[in-house]
Amino acid sequence: MSYQIDPRRDRELVDEFRQRPIGQHSPNLQRVLNTLRGGPLKGKYVLVCTKPFAEWVLARHPGERGQPIELLPDQRFTSLEEAEWAVFRLRWLAHTGEELN
Amino acid sequence: MLQILGYADRLVAAPGETIRFMVSVAGSRPYRAEIVRIIHGDANPAGPGLKLRPVETAVTGSYQGREQHADAGSFMRVPDHPKLRPDGAFTVLAMAWPTTPALERQALIGQWQASTASGWALEILQGELALRLGDGRQSQLIRTGKAMGARRWYLLAASIDPAAGLVSLVQRPLQHYPHIDDSASLTATLDLAPATPPTDLLLAGQALPDSRIEQHYNGKLDSPVLFDRALALEELDAAFLRPMPEALRRSLIAAWDFGQAIPSTRVVDLGPHGLDAQLVNLPARAMKGWNWDGGAMRWTDRPEHYGAIHFHDDDLHDCGWQADFALTLPADLPSGAYAAHVWLEDGAAAEDYITFFVRPPRGPAGKQGRPKAAFLVPTASYLAYANDHSHLDAEGAEMLMGRLLVYQPTDLYLQEHRELGLALYDTHSDGSGVCYSAAQRPILNLRPKYASWLGAHGSGLWQFNADTHLFDWLDHEGIEVDFITDEDLEAEGVSLLEPYRVILTGTHPEYHSKRMSDAMLAWLGQGGRLMYLGANGWYWRIAWHQSLPGVIEVRRAEDGIRTWAAEPGEYFHSFSGEFGGLWRRNGRPPNVVVGLGFSAQGFDLSSYYRRQPGSHDPRVGFIFEGVDDEIIGDFGLVGGGAAGLELDRADQALGTPPNLLVLASSENHTDLILVVSEEVNVMTPDLTGSQSPLVRADLAFFETPAGGAVFSVGSIAWCGSLSHNGYANNVARITGNVLRRFLAPEPFTG
Repeated sequence: MSYQIDPRRDRELVDEFRQRPIGQHSPNLQRVLNTLRGGPLKGKYVLVCTKPFAEWVLARHPGERGQPIELLPDQRFTSLEEAEWAVFRLRWLAHTGEELN
Repeated sequence: MLQILGYADRLVAAPGETIRFMVSVAGSRPYRAEIVRIIHGDANPAGPGLKLRPVETAVTGSYQGREQHADAGSFMRVPDHPKLRPDGAFTVLAMAWPTTPALERQALIGQWQASTASGWALEILQGELALRLGDGRQSQLIRTGKAMGARRWYLLAASIDPAAGLVSLVQRPLQHYPHIDDSASLTATLDLAPATPPTDLLLAGQALPDSRIEQHYNGKLDSPVLFDRALALEELDAAFLRPMPEALRRSLIAAWDFGQAIPSTRVVDLGPHGLDAQLVNLPARAMKGWNWDGGAMRWTDRPEHYGAIHFHDDDLHDCGWQADFALTLPADLPSGAYAAHVWLEDGAAAEDYITFFVRPPRGPAGKQGRPKAAFLVPTASYLAYANDHSHLDAEGAEMLMGRLLVYQPTDLYLQEHRELGLALYDTHSDGSGVCYSAAQRPILNLRPKYASWLGAHGSGLWQFNADTHLFDWLDHEGIEVDFITDEDLEAEGVSLLEPYRVILTGTHPEYHSKRMSDAMLAWLGQGGRLMYLGANGWYWRIAWHQSLPGVIEVRRAEDGIRTWAAEPGEYFHSFSGEFGGLWRRNGRPPNVVVGLGFSAQGFDLSSYYRRQPGSHDPRVGFIFEGVDDEIIGDFGLVGGGAAGLELDRADQALGTPPNLLVLASSENHTDLILVVSEEVNVMTPDLTGSQSPLVRADLAFFETPAGGAVFSVGSIAWCGSLSHNGYANNVARITGNVLRRFLAPEPFTG
């Protein structure tokens, strides 16, 4: 079965992710990330590059071939790390019901 | 969305030859075109930046654009023939293995003209076999009322008997399952006398009035047959016997045998009228047929068991667009990578780069006065990844990358425009693997500026654009090299390599045919010096089409990192009859060619190499001249290090020469870099970067018996470090030391 995030036990991993969104992670954080990044294609968050190496917009995958990617233009980022943190919070909320600040 | 895009009729040409360019412009607006030489295609501000140098040619100018469209979907066409239009009774039969039976409407076979409602067509409507008939005024539709299942064989038949006023349909599964109600046999009243128009007979598609083909069918078809009378139910099975019983042969119009001429696009008719057919858009051949029984795993052994063709609604070979302009390559145009840069004149910030390669002149002229080094352009590998949709279609892509997927505008276009064809990493819309790739279409990831989802954090480059890091370094060093390509190697063999003392590879030369591999080994046997500047090379075996240029095939057999798996019994290339899959499973691991073989992969961050005792051997003193560092390549545009993405290691058990020196090995990889699957026979929980000794790249060197040598970096990320610190760094220094020594005529002694 896939890992179920426990917000009390796993809360301590959030800071580790925030410090280093991309790169080596502890086994426990990696387990949490596998859960957050898993799931079906439909609705999955992706980034769309709007200015090369400078700006990215959050988007969602339609889950079907041929259908447009849905852009969320209010969520614009100037670094990939910033985007990773934003999506982490969105997914954490969806999995645990908890807001992260 | 892309406003302008195009392709060239070929990826490579020699001076004096002509390349034609096909362009499509949304709204048919005017555009400008210019040829550029591609030096550096990476726009990352952390690197040297774009270097695209305009070349003054006759192409430079303004053009009136026009919209052109690709028409994907494979089908078979039989030119119209009087014998194909029986004016009375007939029966049509085929074996079918539908893969998406539930779709609204899929055409199996027929001569149907929608504009006049005339002819006949056997179709699948939401799973049910259906016969559509028309007399030019009205139409009649008969359907079985029972849905077929996916990936199961069915005998399908329809017959009409105007004299009796009857029409019959048979939908019979070859395997019955309790509680599965998918069998039907019915007879109905014929309401009209079908009038077949003088149109081509099509299989797996129907023509629209504008000649586009629609209603494509997904799945296999086997042994379609036409008779000029209504067969009785008890005769249907005999229609699939070969040789066909004489009583049936006398009524035969045509019987197409897909088990013949498999390497070609031709389909042979066994019938009396020689109604041979042509396949369009490369449906998959050498597919197991309805009668495959496991007795043969190779189609050449029992072609009669490989009488199926798998059609797909997203197959594409050649877009067939009208040419907008052409370039006859000037005699003095240096060999290299080029593109036709096209952009809209109305300030819409829309552009495209249509990449092509200029090789040396053909024949003896191409062997005189040339540089002593050549870059082997991995066009086969570029084709394998052409218009890769993995990031758009694969659920696990983000987990594999360890970071959010980044889509470029071209990716958004690909997501919506499936008609530009697929890569060898993709699956078709029915889930089956893509085994063919062709060059004659816009290839949106064979472009300067394109940042790939797959390249590591940083520049995010993969294949062609990653290779421009090498072009740029060569340009900076003032080292002239010829550009020769995989398809030249396939065509000319070792004679293509013989003029050169040094061959440099790209970052990921993954796909090789036997002829290409043989040629490289033969050249090394003659004393050639190979600089393998990437990883996961000489991995997959491919076959080139025997008559269509720029078309390759892969069968993802047995194991290896595979985004899809070939069906058992379908491991042999249709183009050549050769066994497919990994070169390692073909008895020629990459270690035999370059000393190293694929060991691990991961796509988050790259790492560095640490020098090993082998680097202090006097045999390799020239490589480390001016390099005192213990750590090599702890910097770079691709993931921040020279060792990353895909990693190769030395292993004598896999054919690494015993005289190979490991100069340095990478370390400290993340746990998202994992051991490749072909190394794993038993699963253990230590297959990741922080735990497995197999997760490493080896930097290696060995001499060959004929006085040549091989230098291998074992990492796709290596070339991304060349430009660091204004090209003054240990990766560039090592690469330069090797290239200059390799260019010197003195043999390497054993």
